[in-house]
Amino acid sequence: MARLRTRGHRVVLARSAGGDAGITVILSLLGAFMFVPMFYVIIQSLKPLDELWMYPPKFWVMSPTLKNYKDLFTLMQTSWVPFSRYIFNTIFISVGGTFGHLFLASLAAYALAKIRFPGSIGIFLSIRTSLMFNATVTSITSFLIMSWFHWLDTYWALIIPAWGSTLGISLMKNFMAPNVNDSVLESARLDGASELRIFWTIAMPMVKPAWLTLIIYSFQGLWNAGSSVYIYSEQYKSFNYAISQILAGGIKRAGAGAASLVIMMAVPIAVFVISQSNIIETMGSSGMKD
Amino acid sequence: MGNASSESKPVAVSRKDMTRLQWTLKEMKRNWVAYLMILPYMLIFTLFTFFPVALSVVFSFTDFNMMEWPNFIGISNYISLFFDDDIFLICCKNTLIFAGIVGPTSYLMSLFVAWFINEIPPKIRAVVTLIFYAPSISGQVYLIWQTLFSADAYGWANALLLEMGVITTPIAWFKNSITVMPLVIIVSLWTSLGTAFLSFIAGLQGIDRSYYEAGAVDGIRNRWQELWYITLPSMKPQLMFGAIMSITGSFGFGAIVTALCGFPSVDYCAHTIMHHLEDYGSRRYEMGYASTIAVILFLIMIGANLLVTRIISRMGR
Repeated sequence: MARLRTRGHRVVLARSAGGDAGITVILSLLGAFMFVPMFYVIIQSLKPLDELWMYPPKFWVMSPTLKNYKDLFTLMQTSWVPFSRYIFNTIFISVGGTFGHLFLASLAAYALAKIRFPGSIGIFLSIRTSLMFNATVTSITSFLIMSWFHWLDTYWALIIPAWGSTLGISLMKNFMAPNVNDSVLESARLDGASELRIFWTIAMPMVKPAWLTLIIYSFQGLWNAGSSVYIYSEQYKSFNYAISQILAGGIKRAGAGAASLVIMMAVPIAVFVISQSNIIETMGSSGMKD
Repeated sequence: MGNASSESKPVAVSRKDMTRLQWTLKEMKRNWVAYLMILPYMLIFTLFTFFPVALSVVFSFTDFNMMEWPNFIGISNYISLFFDDDIFLICCKNTLIFAGIVGPTSYLMSLFVAWFINEIPPKIRAVVTLIFYAPSISGQVYLIWQTLFSADAYGWANALLLEMGVITTPIAWFKNSITVMPLVIIVSLWTSLGTAFLSFIAGLQGIDRSYYEAGAVDGIRNRWQELWYITLPSMKPQLMFGAIMSITGSFGFGAIVTALCGFPSVDYCAHTIMHHLEDYGSRRYEMGYASTIAVILFLIMIGANLLVTRIISRMGR
């Protein structure tokens, strides 16, 4: 017989102590596998030079210093293209790509989720199917298309494709379907409001968690797009690319390189921490029915 | 899916009086705003997702090389790919090993870690979720594995083995044909708890508690039975979405391999179809041949996804 106990007001199944222990052990081991390299990134960045080249290497730091970050900052100031330019490029591409995607994908997701029109199911199926292959498949011909449009080596090569990303629209459509109230839409239609107006003033405010999720996903993709094959002029390259060049600087720059990895990971992690609950709420309706 | 709005509006002529085509045209005309709303997105989608795939199929039957006008050469690209290209066969083997291990392992790892996390108190949950999710969003932070497994004695792995007396000279982990494949698989798994993982976390949180209560009353004995009979069937949509994300993701680790092992990797030991594509497309500019590789890769990805989603949808029926 199942043993029952109550936790709060809920009836829950009794958990065996052995199972709890087993889960704790497995989760700790896997957690260590995930965490130790991340922790080592931070430790390395705080090590003075003699500790970076110490044998055997240690997972802690004896005399922590911020010198590596200062070196990184000095390197940034002496770079050939001013570092502010790289930062501007990344912000411009991330913001342009993210907000364009948010607007276009939401607009289309609303139509697909809330208006029934001939072709809507087929269109959504084709978008969903495109989740089944990744950008590697389209890399060669996308490059050709970019060159035909003369978008190579411009911001457009990174911004415009981001508008058409498929994960965002799938998440938005799946989130709108249950979370935008049909009867509210219906009464607005009876009052004579246009679909565009309904979309903007009624539907969009109801799906704020999904906006945030789209923003985060799009931003992360654009932020992490370090070096792109579409961009070859130094002045259009991203912050992440510039940072990774410092990292590639070899032994002499080991300290600054370690600091640069911390900066690279700090931004996406901070963004996720702020928005975690919204993202998880959106992912709740990420599922696919067969 | 869509709501019943179209039915609730009065339609002048009943559907029975029209042919199917007439009715469709009428519906299209009535919903012109919907087409306007999807138009901008669909233009970009067509241009950068649909069109590139279609164009690859066309180019795969040509000898396009960026310089000259392409000639139609039938299926000879496909024939040379399968019968004359020794490296492609190595690539197929490596891709099969790589995706075959990384895809399912990352899927199961995402599922079980999410399930374990769901069992711990909510306050710690957010922190633990972050620990597991962070590597997948941190860009090039996987380069730290190059420090941990560096070729000299300052790398942690070499230092440990030297101290223990297992080896006498440092191993060049990422340049060694035996160690390179297992290592890139480990690093890829490290970065693979991404979208699928979050989807599982959310799916588990969304399951109605009353199912568990009813299950407990109905005689479910332990957490494994609970997982099998209640949890997994309730989160089937997420399981499906997660599978697609994991499979697609397992073909997306080419950049990690290149960053860690160089291009091409030692003796082509970690050379996958993705690298072969990059080699011909972005380095040799043999676009026709590269398109052929892209088409094969496309078919493999779609095939793997359809197969797995079919298996999941039949599960528990």
